[in-house]
Amino acid sequence: MKEQLKIDFEKLLETSNFSKNNIEIKRKNFDNFIEKGFPNRREENWKFSDLNQIISKNIKNLSFYNDLSKPNKIDQSIYIDSLEHNKLVFVNGRIEKIQFDYEEKNKIEILDDLVLEKSNNTNNSLLFLNNAFVSKYFKLIVKKNYSLQKPVVIYNITNKDLVSKSINLKVDIFLEENSSLKLIEFSNDKSTTNFININYNFDVQKNSILKNYKIDNNSNSNIKYCFNNISQDTNSVSEIFLLSSGSEFIKNEINCNLNGKYSSAFVNGVFNLNETKHHEIKTNINHIVENTKSYQLIKGILEDTSKAVYQGKIFVDSKAQKTDGYQLSKAILLNDNTEFNAKPELEIYADDVKCSHGSASGSLNEDSIFYLMSRGLNYKEAKKLLINGFLLDVVEKITDSEIKNLIKNIMSLKQ
Amino acid sequence: MREKQIDKLKDYKYGFTTDIENIRAPKGLNKEVIEFISKAKKEPKWMLDWRMKAFERLKNLKEPNWQKPKYPKIDYQDIYYYSAPKSASEKPKSIDELDPKLLETYKKLGIPLQEQQRLNGIAVDAVFDSVSVATTFKDKLNEVGVIFCSISEAIQKHPELVKKYLGSVIPLTDHYFATLNSAVFTDGSFVYIPPGVKCPMELSTYFRINASQTGQFERTLIIADKESYVSYLEGCTAPMRDENQLHAANVELVALDNAEIKYSTVQNWYPGDENGKGGIYNFVTKRGLCKGTNSKISWTQVETGSAITWKYPSCILQGDNSIGEFYSIAITNNHQKADTGTKMIHLGKNTKSKIISKGISAGFSDMTYRGLVDISSKAKNSRNYTQCDSLLMGNKCGAHTVPYIKNKNPESNIAHEATTSKISEEQLYYCQQRGLNPEEAVGLIVNGFCKEVLQQLPMEFAVEAQKLVGISLEGSVG
Repeated sequence: MKEQLKIDFEKLLETSNFSKNNIEIKRKNFDNFIEKGFPNRREENWKFSDLNQIISKNIKNLSFYNDLSKPNKIDQSIYIDSLEHNKLVFVNGRIEKIQFDYEEKNKIEILDDLVLEKSNNTNNSLLFLNNAFVSKYFKLIVKKNYSLQKPVVIYNITNKDLVSKSINLKVDIFLEENSSLKLIEFSNDKSTTNFININYNFDVQKNSILKNYKIDNNSNSNIKYCFNNISQDTNSVSEIFLLSSGSEFIKNEINCNLNGKYSSAFVNGVFNLNETKHHEIKTNINHIVENTKSYQLIKGILEDTSKAVYQGKIFVDSKAQKTDGYQLSKAILLNDNTEFNAKPELEIYADDVKCSHGSASGSLNEDSIFYLMSRGLNYKEAKKLLINGFLLDVVEKITDSEIKNLIKNIMSLKQ
Repeated sequence: MREKQIDKLKDYKYGFTTDIENIRAPKGLNKEVIEFISKAKKEPKWMLDWRMKAFERLKNLKEPNWQKPKYPKIDYQDIYYYSAPKSASEKPKSIDELDPKLLETYKKLGIPLQEQQRLNGIAVDAVFDSVSVATTFKDKLNEVGVIFCSISEAIQKHPELVKKYLGSVIPLTDHYFATLNSAVFTDGSFVYIPPGVKCPMELSTYFRINASQTGQFERTLIIADKESYVSYLEGCTAPMRDENQLHAANVELVALDNAEIKYSTVQNWYPGDENGKGGIYNFVTKRGLCKGTNSKISWTQVETGSAITWKYPSCILQGDNSIGEFYSIAITNNHQKADTGTKMIHLGKNTKSKIISKGISAGFSDMTYRGLVDISSKAKNSRNYTQCDSLLMGNKCGAHTVPYIKNKNPESNIAHEATTSKISEEQLYYCQQRGLNPEEAVGLIVNGFCKEVLQQLPMEFAVEAQKLVGISLEGSVG
């Protein structure tokens, strides 16, 4: 694979006109990736999901160069039509459409060719890979005191033309003071066996509100990794909802730094898996200053031979007194060969805090099924009702009612 | 030639400590030292071969480094692997023949071996540095067929049992410290409870590291045959020294059909002074195998000592319907560090496990609960309940929880809860209002916090443990 990487990397540099500075940084990242390679289970972070193995098992002849010179057709039928929204459309890793019809023009800014930052104190080899191969680095800025009228939907579409490619995207979202943004990431994949690596950076300034919904619902054979870095200033709020259901493998990693007083973060997630799918959610909530709050709720339904992993960590710095941290993960295993692994972790250095976590996994409660059947439902209906209720609990946490209904529709949950 | 060398090594023996003369093997870890130990213990050849196998294996192993408390590199060539009170080299036939100074030491520790003979109570096996010096109540135990002796004695007298079970729970290839122990273990206790016997009294071992620069590597093997029951207590202490001393013991428990083993530890190794100088590195491997159906193993531990505690008493629930329990209180103060917890590995059907862990950290200390609950796909209808609570005193200390939860069976249930908090002002105020000083108030509240675990200890130990909890937290308030 190393040879392929080198050839593809040189090809990328040849065909794109990066600045000298940028090339230098890219090279450095490239070298770092070559040295580390794809993560495997020997790394604590990847203990339950050996990416190296998953990639070599699922993808044959992975290539890293992706020709972005020709535009791709957008399949308009996949647009969400029940909701008025602004659009950012990526097809096969290439930006095809930027449409902000509902917003004041001077309140939003989109930069599309940023130079990578020199120093990133990371050890994450997939971020090295991302930095090395990303061709355009986007940034969306929401100006001071502006709240977007309509949500923004980022469509991540891949079509049949894309096979065994590595796609790298990097997007920064910057919310200036007193601003707010609702962001939906909607993926739709018709491609087969690609490795998609997305890196989001959210900077949420004072009094700003970020609502981020990630929807991966349509079944596909891609391997995905999505890294989200969120830094929050005073009094800011972030709300993240993950629907983890469609891809063969996806790991959503959320690293949230609560840097400002009274900031709060909410992470809610649903695994709805069948067949051989293997999904992971990893969160890292860092309470750096006092009076911050975090809340995490993750639930999973596992069928066939699927596997879900939740690794959640709450870190409380010694300065972060009065922290309130909560974390709960639950899973229902429906078949014999399903697997749920959890590592709910607390790392606490301050004494005046309230932190707790819980994790439970098991089967559907037979008594509840019996109760429902005695009320006239058949076994299948009873099971479905219980599962719906179990998942609805998480979906109900979504604070935006329009989007909540959209997600309920997508998951075909009824109340 | 080698004989001569060993003889020479024997001359190099008068490390002098407290009051008792010692015989020591030369410093360092090598073939000769292992042969020396084996020879000093008059071991048969198979035992020496076993040690050598472990030693060979050790060469290819690396020290693990994933633990939270980091420590300076240990120079394994700078440790004495064998140290014995000189008077014990000719094993005394009864306690009355023991070196009086040794008896004095045990008296100081609160374990008057002689009195214990007369009083109704607990059978004690005392391990001093590297050797077992005395075992009490032998006759009474013999009557019911219980074997309770030092492991060296067992190797000579009951080789068939030792051969069968030694290394069956902790294989000699397990991990660095377990393998090290397998190569150089010096003594420890051996317990065999015959079928159908309920051990008439509590069995107990007291470990003491006395000599300086000495590592203690004891090995305990407890076998509870069908339908038997035993409760075993372990206590440990060491004198105050500026250097860090290594304690790497292996404890193996085997419970056959319908048998139950209850293993309690009050660990009070020297924790180092208030600046974090000195203290014991307690890197112990403890593992129990519920081999038979309906068997039960229960670990109870009160961890107050050691500079670094790094251990995970575990249960492998192999037999159907077997039960594993783990109750733990871990207290760290000053610069102490602990990374402790348990592993519950469910293999058999209808297996159950319960984990209650209470961690208290004060001063500059760091406490980590790390645990594994693994329910395999064959462990139908298994259950686990885990609760780990941490209490923090001051903002210079840390409390961490790192549970690993793996469920591969849809018919099994796992529940895990953890909380972290501090003693509330209201509780303190209430106690002080009733006339307690702040320190007493904290002691009372902490004892309440730990009650669930303290209740599991045998009575004699519970009192001691309760006092220990108070002592360990002295000076942590205000």
